[in-house]
Amino acid sequence: MFATAMVGILVAMGLLIVRAGLGPTVYDRILAVNAFGTLTVLLISVLGYLRGRPEWLDLALVYALVNFVGVVAVCKFSRFGGFATDRLYKGSRT
Amino acid sequence: MNGLDLASWVLLCVGALWCVVSAIGLLRLPDFYARTHAAGLCDTMGAGAIVCGLMLQATTTAEVIKLLFVLGFVWFTSPVATHALVKAAYAGGVRADEGSG
Repeated sequence: MFATAMVGILVAMGLLIVRAGLGPTVYDRILAVNAFGTLTVLLISVLGYLRGRPEWLDLALVYALVNFVGVVAVCKFSRFGGFATDRLYKGSRT
Repeated sequence: MNGLDLASWVLLCVGALWCVVSAIGLLRLPDFYARTHAAGLCDTMGAGAIVCGLMLQATTTAEVIKLLFVLGFVWFTSPVATHALVKAAYAGGVRADEGSG
């Protein structure tokens, strides 16, 4: 059962990589990479149970947070051109 | 096969299928804003079904709590990230197609 779920998740990941390559705008690519990160969290959890090592759930937990922080950082960077926002908000488009 | 294993099978297969449908939608939908909806499918029901399927296979309470935390993090952070992305896209000039329904 874990192998079936793993195959399904891997197929979805492959399709997302195609979208990350195709996406006409950078935002399509960020969207695909965000979903890819969520699928990675699920894949780590399922793989942990498949290999008989449910301790890998800790890795999935850490990666869920890392993925979120990374996507928000990339969005900030693509919107403002940097990470320090008090100077940048004055001249930004909204 | 006992009832718990059967329920796990069903939930894991539904979750994996949901993720595949979400990825197909991300490929085929015509517009960026429509694709954010497809990506949301994977984060909500895909993650929910797979994690619930795994919860039925857990042997200790600690694993169930960790799975609940994984689900909670994904469910809370994914809408925030999508919102940040859509705001960044709108500020970057991406607009919805007029005729794509």
